[in-house]
Parts: sequence; structure tokens; C-alpha cells
Amino acid sequence: MVLSAADRAAVRALWRKLGNNVGIYATEALERTFTAFPTTKTYFAHFDLSPGSAQVKAHGKKVADALTTAVAHMDDLPGALSALSDLHAHQLRVDPVNFKFLGHCLLVTLARHYPGDFGPAMHASLDKFLSHVISALASSYG
Amino acid sequence: MVHFSAEEKTAVTSLWGKVNVEEAGGEALGRLLVVYPWTQRFFDNFGNLSSASAIMGNPKVKAHGKKVLTSFGDAIKNMDNLKGAFAKLSELHCDKLHVDPENFRLLGNVLVIILASHFGKEFTPSVQAAWQKLVAGVATALAHKYH
Repeated sequence: MVLSAADRAAVRALWRKLGNNVGIYATEALERTFTAFPTTKTYFAHFDLSPGSAQVKAHGKKVADALTTAVAHMDDLPGALSALSDLHAHQLRVDPVNFKFLGHCLLVTLARHYPGDFGPAMHASLDKFLSHVISALASSYG
Repeated sequence: MVHFSAEEKTAVTSLWGKVNVEEAGGEALGRLLVVYPWTQRFFDNFGNLSSASAIMGNPKVKAHGKKVLTSFGDAIKNMDNLKGAFAKLSELHCDKLHVDPENFRLLGNVLVIILASHFGKEFTPSVQAAWQKLVAGVATALAHKYH
């Protein structure tokens, strides 16, 4: 499963369209993750997780920045995300299964806001991209 | 056994009433085959699956998608007894079709994504949560008779 040139182009094009709203969508994806997959909240016992939480919004911005970095470095995701992988593996110690939940909720969020852009081919490219990001994030584990 | 609150049942049934089962079924199965191409292994006799547009336009994919989603509609009528409702189908998928239950989870998530794109604002996080619970329950029920 390799990111083809077409996959990369599709992801970049969508990201350009998202513009400055990546943070908003990442925040919504987090909210959806906490609501639909409540076990993910165990990592955020120290957060206010109520709707509109400033902490969740701030965290959404962090996630958005990391994803934007990933989009800019699709040719070397393990390299670009190695520090984040170390962080999640050794300090935060998040079970990697949770990355899939957030990835899925990100797709749901994008489908909800950009239905016209979310055809099957774009869906496939985004899914692949997120799988690669997740792989890179999990690379420091074990 | 999965228990659905009254709110969760409402979230599911109110949306389902507005779903075009034939269209959504074709779209769900089509996207499964496009996004997760290894799932095509079950559909060798479906003809042209060589590209995203071939898959989405393939009449056998549409017909089978409709069949699958119609069956899903039965789940919604039996949310309090998914295992019972899907017992026979579970045996079929194990003994005759030899489908890895992971595929049910993949299809469930594809369905959630399609609902998000169709219903937009209405597909709030709590509506999504009810649907995630349903698709997980269906996947588990379909896997229940595996041996």
C-alpha cells in the first residue's frame, strides 16, 4: 500500500481547500472520537471534555498542525513524524488502536463538511494517507 | 448484548427513514471495494472492478449493495436482539461465504462515512455515536456464529 502520485495530489488539493480551517475540523474529529469511542477519553481524564472545551480546541490545533506537517512531507512520513511517534510511544503511551478511531472520525468530519469533494477516489486516497500517518506514529512503539 | 437508549434508537431510525437503501447500499459496497481493494476477493464474478468508476457503476455491485443494506434495515427493526436477527446470516458468512468478520467492521465504517456526507449537519457527534454502536453491534452479531 503505497501513496501514489495521484493519492498525494488528491490529499494536497483537499488540504489547500481546507485552508485555515484544519484546526476546526481536527477539533470536531476529536469531539466525534470522544463521543463515538468513549474509551479514548481515558487518555484525557485531565481535560474538560464538555462541548466547546477550550482544551479540546487547543488540542485540535496541535493535531491539525501535525497533519499539515504530514501533508507537506508525504515522501517521508516516518522521518517527519518521528518526534511525535516517540512522544506517543514513550511519554503519552497511547495504544495505537486509538489512532484508527481518530483517523476514522477525521474522515467522517471531512465527508460531513465536503460531501461534494469526498468521492470514492478521494476517500481512498485520504484513507491511505491517514493509514501511513498512523503507521509512522506507531513506528517508535515496542 | 448491546443496549440502545431511546435517544440512540431515535438517532438511528429517524435517519434511516430518509435513506435511499438502493443508492446507499450500492455506494457503501462500492466504496468498500475502492477504498479496501482486497475486499474484492469475494466478488471475482462481478465483472469489471478495474477502477473506481468501474466499481461504482458496476450493476452487480449496486444490486449486491442493495441486498446488504436491505438486510441492515432488518437490524434496525431488531436493535434489541441483533444476535438473534443475524444468526442465520452469521452461519452463512462463516460456513458458505468464508468472510473475515473484519470486513463487517470496514463496511460499517464506510456506511457511517456515507451517512455523514449525505446528512451533513444532522450527523452530529451523538448521532454518529449511535450509528457506530449499531454498526459495531451488527458486525459482532454477524461474527457471533463463527467457529
